[in-house]
Amino acid sequence: MALYSKEFEVKARDFDSAGEVSSNLRAILKQLSLAPDIVRRSCIVCYEAEMNIIIHSYGGTIKIEIFEDRIRIIAEDTGPGIEDIELAMKEGYSTAPEEIREMGFGAGMGLPNIKANSDFMDIKSSKDGTVVVAEILF
Amino acid sequence: MGIKVENLLKKGFSLVAGEKGIDREIEGVYICDLLSWVMSHAKAKDAWITIQSHINVIAVALLSEISCVILPENVKLDEDAKAKAEEEGIPVLSFSGTSYEAAIILHEMMK
Repeated sequence: MALYSKEFEVKARDFDSAGEVSSNLRAILKQLSLAPDIVRRSCIVCYEAEMNIIIHSYGGTIKIEIFEDRIRIIAEDTGPGIEDIELAMKEGYSTAPEEIREMGFGAGMGLPNIKANSDFMDIKSSKDGTVVVAEILF
Repeated sequence: MGIKVENLLKKGFSLVAGEKGIDREIEGVYICDLLSWVMSHAKAKDAWITIQSHINVIAVALLSEISCVILPENVKLDEDAKAKAEEEGIPVLSFSGTSYEAAIILHEMMK
């Protein structure tokens, strides 16, 4: 059973609040006195998942679960889904529009960063939505 | 040599926001405008030089534990980003020269 569990709403295209879930996560993990590397990796995973929902989806949620031996981050949105997951996992591949790239987003690093910084990652996607589950082990 | 953000104020950098954090130490420099790249490659206590000046820069700086953000070539910080930087105590500095020139000054100071 999770020692801590909380769900945060993430709105589509809400760039002003971008990073808020990750900042919350950072504060919680710092309170738990976890190793800096665990905090850092968890925040990267959470930030990228948050940005993916903001940039690419119609909106969704991020659920954070903390267990005795791991952190689980579940990012769920309501579509439109990822057409080709294999391509989306490739560094540098992005479907983000030009105006978002100009802000420094959409570098095609989101999913690769989640994979590189987690110990487990699963992704399921259809036109009705995408669910990304990532875990960081202590 | 270890330097602090406040030491930059005598070297042509001016403070735009985040005064609460000016005693932070700087141990390195990172130059990049792609936020995901910064998140995964910048090190804690780096000074981050970027032309991005919107509110998400502050979130990335906070999460990456960056010492300060440096905006080269007099790039102006967005008002909402300024408020966020104040709130979080992330120093944002303005510099009239290029990223390269800013990095050279930092390099000289950290020698």
